[in-house]
Amino acid sequence: MAPVANSGTLNRIGWGLLALLGAVSLGVVALHRGETINALWIVVAAVCVYLTAYRFYGRFIAHKVLEIDPARRTPAVRHNDGLDYVPTHRNVLFGHHFAAIAGAGPLVGPVLAAQMGYLPGTLWLLVGVVFAGAVQDFVILFLSTRRDGKSLGEMIRTEMGNVPGVIAMVGILAIMIILLAVLALIVVKALAGSPWGTFTVFATIPVALFMGLYGRYIRPGRIGEVSVIGLIGLFAAILLGQQVAEGPWASAFTYPGETLALMLIAYGFIASVIPVWLLLAPRDYLSTFLKIGTIVGLAIGILIVRPELQMPAVTKFIDGSGPVFAGNLFPFLFITIACGAVSGFHALVASGTTPKMVESEAHLPFIGYGAMLTESFVAIMALIAACVLDPAVYFALNSPAALIGASTNEAALALSSWGYTVTPLMLDEVARQVGETTILSRTGGAPTLAVGMASILSTVIGGPGMMAFWYHFAILFEALFILTTVDAGTRVARFMIQDLLGTFVSPLKETKSWTANLIATAIAVGGWGWFLYQGVTDPLGGINSLWPLFGIANQMLAAIALTFATVVLFRMKKERFAWVTTAPLAWLLICTLTAGWQKMFHPDPKIGFIAHANKYADALARGELLAPAKSIGQMRQVMINDWVNAGLCALFIAVVVAMVFYGVRSIMEARRSAGPTSREVADALA
Amino acid sequence: MRWREALAQAASTARLMVGVPDYQAYAAHRAREHPGEPILSPEAFVAERAERRFGSGPDRIGRCC
Repeated sequence: MAPVANSGTLNRIGWGLLALLGAVSLGVVALHRGETINALWIVVAAVCVYLTAYRFYGRFIAHKVLEIDPARRTPAVRHNDGLDYVPTHRNVLFGHHFAAIAGAGPLVGPVLAAQMGYLPGTLWLLVGVVFAGAVQDFVILFLSTRRDGKSLGEMIRTEMGNVPGVIAMVGILAIMIILLAVLALIVVKALAGSPWGTFTVFATIPVALFMGLYGRYIRPGRIGEVSVIGLIGLFAAILLGQQVAEGPWASAFTYPGETLALMLIAYGFIASVIPVWLLLAPRDYLSTFLKIGTIVGLAIGILIVRPELQMPAVTKFIDGSGPVFAGNLFPFLFITIACGAVSGFHALVASGTTPKMVESEAHLPFIGYGAMLTESFVAIMALIAACVLDPAVYFALNSPAALIGASTNEAALALSSWGYTVTPLMLDEVARQVGETTILSRTGGAPTLAVGMASILSTVIGGPGMMAFWYHFAILFEALFILTTVDAGTRVARFMIQDLLGTFVSPLKETKSWTANLIATAIAVGGWGWFLYQGVTDPLGGINSLWPLFGIANQMLAAIALTFATVVLFRMKKERFAWVTTAPLAWLLICTLTAGWQKMFHPDPKIGFIAHANKYADALARGELLAPAKSIGQMRQVMINDWVNAGLCALFIAVVVAMVFYGVRSIMEARRSAGPTSREVADALA
Repeated sequence: MRWREALAQAASTARLMVGVPDYQAYAAHRAREHPGEPILSPEAFVAERAERRFGSGPDRIGRCC
């Protein structure tokens, strides 16, 4: 999306037509009740909504609310050092920012949300991004650019005080831990019992190590060259994976979830303490380029294939009885979709490297608002990929074994009883096509997305014979960038832990110390590893309990960011525009607090952690064992997990309520003052 | 010529996606603003950026979920 020229009648007619086209497509998407609907309607509706929102609402925020000033010199210009602070062409910086915010979240959330049909997810992705997600990203990017590129935590400290600053930091660390656990769980779920996938993902480690050594000693600094070598290695690994899966070595790469989880925990520990050039940086090259390339490829694929959506607009599971995630449409649809509509994590990225490279404030809407619109489009594509599948296949992939059984016979019976008629033979056939032994209960979103992507991409390249290749390509694509995030995130969590512990025991602050490094890394890995293992052993598939926790955490972080943004608007004496941030903030608070409360206290043990713990406690009191626990010890473990999860919900609620309390206090303070009190860095030479 | 420019921009976008800004701009900046001071070699520049990207610092959260 390039910035748009303003005046002119022709221009006005053009925008009018675009808005009309958007309204018509949206109407078709919303009101269509036939057998199937073409994905193109959703794509056109989405693109029209994005362009119109960017042109009018984005511009309104830029010029009326924030009053961006193209003449004001940005931190990149004032502190130019060629390294951190570099004035950068807006297209180049857009790419950087988009690559940083796009991840697994916008791909997985909409896939899970598809259990309620394509319509609720599509609507929230569009409304959410325009009024919440893109607003948050843009405003935080603006505020950080006006403050020398300071991070969200630092800005909260200077504008709101030390206590809210520390509270926000604890909140961010907790979110980080749960995020890493959920991401790792997605990989484990995708690889369990899949020798092809497991071999391919394992093979990325030697490929990355080779790239690291090559880039260090043989041809230093050649990013393009080493990435091409790596990508060739990846494709070779996918092809070799098929041979392995069909040969005698298959058993050496077939693992249950528990083993994979332990391997991943060990890997996470090692990968985050060894030098970054050896594994992390080359992995980062591969995953970034593969990620962007695949996203572009999927967009082209959808445009060429123009698939029909098999999923109904709305399923009966909006009543909260769905197998993928428990709970009603409100609030759990909004919690589940997460990143594609609004993601608190972006507030951290938008106050990270991007604000230090903005060449002119005039570029801020394009980068801040525009990149988030693009991310929402990625989420729309993921939703399409999930909805092109036969709903029976979708629910076979995403329902836990506890609900549909372990054989295709049982599954076909269960699915047909839900109204999604399917034969065991059809389910076996899909598994055969994608080169797996079974597609049942491959929860976590990644396999569903992979089957959907494979069916779209194989229509363009290779035909049905290439389904299996594209399926494993898609699994590799997701696993690769998730694992890169796990490595990098573990390092981030380690530094945060060192920071926090360092305030009590100062030697732990020393980032160069091996002892401090190992202690903090062990705490970080132990934290997410614990949740990961809990998720893997959960009879309902783990995603069921952990994804809502992650969604709540991420949306709460967005609430923190928007609270901060609101405070600054008041301190800038811009309170007449405060609705721009308070409206999405109010909605996020309603959703997350309701969801957090329900996850703790809902009487249905499928939803409420405490009710679930009580169910096990009652059974224990009667001397019974409840599946999957096979011993009293395991029964106790399930209860401990429930209480920890409930405690985490309580922590998130406490953090966000405290932030809102401090926010209100700061706003009242700002209102008492006659002039602006916000602390921007003046436009002077540093 | 326009193709060449577009290609160059795509290449710098790809490099900045993995956290490596333009080397020529860095070297020119050092030579102009800090004459006589050492300038990192292209190889050292890439290595330094990787350390920074995944190292400690207040803005170390460089990626999202």
